[in-house]
Amino acid sequence: MRMNGADAILRSLEAEGVDVAFGLPGGAILPLYDAFARGTTVRHVLARHEQGAGHMAQGYARASGRVGVAIATSGPGATNLVTPIADAWMDSTPLVCITGQVRSNLIGSDAFQECDITGITIPIVKHSWLVQDVEELPHVLKAAFHVARTGRCGPVLVDVPRDIQEAEFDFSYPDTVSLPGWKPPRRGHERQILAAAHAIAAAERPILYVGGGVLNADATEELLVLAETARLPVVTTLMAKGGFPETHELHAGWPGMHGPKWSNWALNKADLIVAVGARFDDRVTGKVSAFAPGATVVHLDIDAAEISKIRHADIPVVGPLKPVLAEIGRILTDARRPGATEPWLRQIAEWRDTYPLRYRREGDLLKPQFVLETLQALTADRDDVVFTTGVGQHQMWAMQYLRCDVPRSFITSGGLGTMGYGIPAAVGAKAARPDATVVCVDGDGCFQMTQQELATSVLEDLPIVVVIVNNGYLGMVRQWQDMFFEERFSQIRLTHTVPDYAALARAYGGEGFTVESEDDLEAALVEALACGRTAVVDARVDPREHCFPMIPAGAAALDLVEFEEVVAKVGA
Amino acid sequence: MKHTLSVLVENKPGVLMRITSMFARRGFNIDSLAVGPTERHDVSCVTIRVDCASSPLEQIEKQMHKLVNVLRVAELVPGESIERELVLMKVSAPPAKRAELMALGEVFGARVVDLGPDSIIFELTGPPEDVDSFEELVRPHGLQELVRTGRIGLGRAHRPNRNRPRQHVLA
Repeated sequence: MRMNGADAILRSLEAEGVDVAFGLPGGAILPLYDAFARGTTVRHVLARHEQGAGHMAQGYARASGRVGVAIATSGPGATNLVTPIADAWMDSTPLVCITGQVRSNLIGSDAFQECDITGITIPIVKHSWLVQDVEELPHVLKAAFHVARTGRCGPVLVDVPRDIQEAEFDFSYPDTVSLPGWKPPRRGHERQILAAAHAIAAAERPILYVGGGVLNADATEELLVLAETARLPVVTTLMAKGGFPETHELHAGWPGMHGPKWSNWALNKADLIVAVGARFDDRVTGKVSAFAPGATVVHLDIDAAEISKIRHADIPVVGPLKPVLAEIGRILTDARRPGATEPWLRQIAEWRDTYPLRYRREGDLLKPQFVLETLQALTADRDDVVFTTGVGQHQMWAMQYLRCDVPRSFITSGGLGTMGYGIPAAVGAKAARPDATVVCVDGDGCFQMTQQELATSVLEDLPIVVVIVNNGYLGMVRQWQDMFFEERFSQIRLTHTVPDYAALARAYGGEGFTVESEDDLEAALVEALACGRTAVVDARVDPREHCFPMIPAGAAALDLVEFEEVVAKVGA
Repeated sequence: MKHTLSVLVENKPGVLMRITSMFARRGFNIDSLAVGPTERHDVSCVTIRVDCASSPLEQIEKQMHKLVNVLRVAELVPGESIERELVLMKVSAPPAKRAELMALGEVFGARVVDLGPDSIIFELTGPPEDVDSFEELVRPHGLQELVRTGRIGLGRAHRPNRNRPRQHVLA
């Protein structure tokens, strides 16, 4: 069919089954927006900032398991996508970014709004294309979606000069894609799988250390079967939260820098660690040389480059997790030793009971942990709630206190630690899951980085609830300055009151609630969750509260600092 | 420990940048780099010399495999492969010294490709170690300018799987 490149992009998105795209128009992408005006089945959500569009596409992808699509113009529009692309790269979020570029004959001339976005993003994309001939366009888009969602998921970028968008050609969408250099593994090695299963069967203190890969692989069912078959405890990383039911008796919490002591002990004192789509991130391991010193490591991953990158894998299995976990589970059905892990499970339960998360409610000040506990209580028993977060203390409290039992119900920026991720990710998640109640647990610092997307939320009818754990500071920085820089507080004070978040929410056309005491909290949260509109709950909390436990950066995971130790130090 | 990697890539724009960017990002230094066509018009060969221990080398190979335009990564293992490099060097050669220098060149099989009143340009193609030796011998005579291409190589002809010396296995 005869059409121009811009129409061909939309027909290609339609052929890929894309129902929503997030973006912001500008000069070099005008022909594509003209095509939107001519009509398409792809819903376009107009963001207020391209970074917002990118994080929305990420939130959409993480909530739905499908590829997120973000659109921006050339130059500053494209560079504003760099943060979401880097975030998607670190957290393996499937993302197709389409950017406009100046006309082909102007490339290299420093034209208005020209920038080499394919060059800028090379270190943070799986692949990118600068389209140089309109005839290539359908093949490039087909390849872009294929690369984004196969193998280890991640971001790709397609840069389309304006004249390519305007050029006419005979469009047909290809059925197949030719990428001779792109061969993600299709199955795990049989003998390696057998070796992994035997290692699990023989272990005294095995543990499943589960990362975000299990969600990308859609392998949570297989994980549950494996854990239950072999009676294995499961720790889930921040990226995997929700990938294994957190109220399940085999769930052993969350490992890492702010994970509970019992979870870190379970992981570090295991004799066999089965890493499932996890990458031994420094926030999980602490000091690598002191991490789980006695453990044999089985590493299951789709990405061969993760094997032995940080921690030597004794038994690596490279392949898609879904069939690999299913096969290991099947072998263990025959090879298991009933009751073999019960003493180990009892030990972990004992640690859990001995070292619970704790904080002190005191005086009139609202405690941030209490905010999260209340939010948890109000959303327990619901499987239609999706949480997103920003980055910092509130994120760690959300990890500690919220219970996520279903996959894709906790969406956060893990690897890159992108402040401001929460609000746009929530808008994107709402677009993917209109049936769900989407709650962004945010910090006051994060909120101010992407608050403009509240306008998107209101006007695009994508209502979200934002709960600001407002401590008036860049709280995590405050915590580090307090603990590691001898209380020399530097450039962290935001104040509880500027801006007035509830008034700001109302200014954007949403609902606003200000909460300053425990007594007001529940009513505000209940109303915000029930109102069906975009709502902001400004929970003003004690700024002195730190997030514990904590493994100081570079320290061994077993040397984590507990709440009561700090209290003892301050008391003495 | 130095290693030579022979990397076959699709002949497309930006491929070299993707590879070198990955090296820079992962903190690996490239000793030498040579890029050129192969027997297939749509495939280029990048020969990279890196200085690293064997476990980072494995990491580099795996990271390179993840690049969409990379078709094959193989290490050229010493003894199982042939490596060659070309050097051009301009050496001070007053008439009185000329005969001595040319005799030296002859030992290494270097050709005199240009001759001026005060200098000679030698061309030498050979194993990189020979090029090193010749360079060291000539240096005291007054080495004015030198350029090397960086090494290229092939797996030995008698190896049963000659196209794939020690290829990294993915799964």
